[in-house]
Amino acid sequence: MRSDLEIIDEWVQPNIRVLDLACGPGELLHHLIKNKQVNGYGLEIGPDDLNTCIEKGIPVLEQNIDEGLQNFDDQSFDLVLMTHALQQFRRPDLLIDEMLRIGKECIITFPNFGHWRSRLHLALKGRMPVSDFLPYNWYDTPNIHFFTFQDFERLCKEKNIKVLRWAAVDGQLKDHWWIRSMPNLFSETAIFHISR
Amino acid sequence: MPDVISADSVGIVTPQTAHFDTPLPLACGQTLASYDLVYETYGTLNSDASNAVLICHALSGDHHAAGYHAMSDSKPGWWDSAIGPGKAIDTNTFFVIALNNLGGCCGSTGPTSINPETGQRWEASFPIVTVEDWVESQARLADLLGIQTFAAIVGGSLGGMQVLEWSIRFPTRLKSAVIVASAPKLSTQNIAFNEVARQSIRRDPDFFEGNYLDNDSVPTNGLGLARMLGHITYLSDDAMGAKFGRQMRHDSYQYNYGIEFEVESYLRYQGEAFTKRFDANTYMLMTKALDYFDPASQTNGDLSAVLSRAQCEFLLVSFTTDWRFSPERSEEIVNALVKAGKQVSYAKIEAAEGHDAFLFPIPRYMSVLNTFLTRVANRLTTEVK
Repeated sequence: MRSDLEIIDEWVQPNIRVLDLACGPGELLHHLIKNKQVNGYGLEIGPDDLNTCIEKGIPVLEQNIDEGLQNFDDQSFDLVLMTHALQQFRRPDLLIDEMLRIGKECIITFPNFGHWRSRLHLALKGRMPVSDFLPYNWYDTPNIHFFTFQDFERLCKEKNIKVLRWAAVDGQLKDHWWIRSMPNLFSETAIFHISR
Repeated sequence: MPDVISADSVGIVTPQTAHFDTPLPLACGQTLASYDLVYETYGTLNSDASNAVLICHALSGDHHAAGYHAMSDSKPGWWDSAIGPGKAIDTNTFFVIALNNLGGCCGSTGPTSINPETGQRWEASFPIVTVEDWVESQARLADLLGIQTFAAIVGGSLGGMQVLEWSIRFPTRLKSAVIVASAPKLSTQNIAFNEVARQSIRRDPDFFEGNYLDNDSVPTNGLGLARMLGHITYLSDDAMGAKFGRQMRHDSYQYNYGIEFEVESYLRYQGEAFTKRFDANTYMLMTKALDYFDPASQTNGDLSAVLSRAQCEFLLVSFTTDWRFSPERSEEIVNALVKAGKQVSYAKIEAAEGHDAFLFPIPRYMSVLNTFLTRVANRLTTEVK
């Protein structure tokens, strides 16, 4: 069993340039800077998260991703990351385009709304799922787009985006053979490594 | 006047003067044969001289950054809110140096000093000095104080430009750079504001082509006007509105050119107070230093290329309502540093005070500054061990 961080860590080459969008307190970036010696930067707007990054010595820039990423040149990073945030932005499709413009490759993780528990919740209760993993009500959730593992795959196909590899993990961010066999039903978090 | 010195103050401080006899070649082509730099220090230099922090001042700043000169002082130094025991720039940890730059009017050699070659005041003949010249002279002061490498160099506005220049000119002599509310070069609009300020001084009949002291005169009207204009640009529209609104001096309009609105009174007061403490030639010279600064001109306008020389870690800070040195200007530096692969963090602080915000102890600003510098301090101790 590997966690999502371990999975991503395995996929990342050492000494590359990494941009982590909505890096939060910088857990993944810190890991990659220490273990893979990447030249990494995080973007974040939460004051506490920014301070945490600065405290840990993680380069972090206060920038609102919804206002655009025009300040980053085409293909100026080897890897652009976004973990558990894509569902919070206004236009995920355009954001993915931007990520692939800036980075040669991208790794994106997101909550899979196709998980059987979400389906069951909606089917049986007739109400939007609230779980430990997505603990918000429909009216106060920062997650403004809900999509599934398959939805993301389909978007990649429509946009001619190459899926280099994927992984799928459960609520404890661990992978299992049965999740791998039916990721759309069993994964709570999907992890995609993509490029143009 | 402080009745008692509070525990987080550096207390009573005494300025010191360093005299330099090694000629200093200036960007303008002239050479200063000898000069003085006046400075203050707060805190204690550690045994390996690794905990020094240099403070670079802005347009109207000086060496008196923190503490009091006497118990009778009405105000502490200009950045007392950030420098002191337990404050963002913690003097329990750091040895802080603040100086008055060359060309200043607070003790360092400048237009009001005596030119040793003539025995007369320099006045208009004082050469225009640049940010590069200042940094060169600051490095000599560091040599004199036995400091090879600064733990941090910190500055806001024009002070931030000096920090940027340090990182390019002496990459190995600083571990970290803190650049607040600054820019990699002035915008056209900024140069235009400076020109209006200079013209208002130069056109004052009491200016005497810059030799006003020899004529027992001071261009108070021109300098006051320059300061009034500057002051407007340092505040945000909102901050001015909140402070004065349309508050009036009288109950009804007077229909004359006396003071109707409180903001007029405030500006006149600010202008006049400034002329009592500042020299007009120094003000003009400082605005020219701002105008000329453009390190990217060394690399055909490519800021990232010139910053590739830097080796320190950077912290940049901007303020949302600052329109004289807007967040976008700080972001130009940030983007160039990212492009060059440098270690940089950037915070855009929500603040109502406009450009002046860099002098205010805004909690989040102080917290970011302290967090960054605490890490700088922690790394000093781990490196020693």
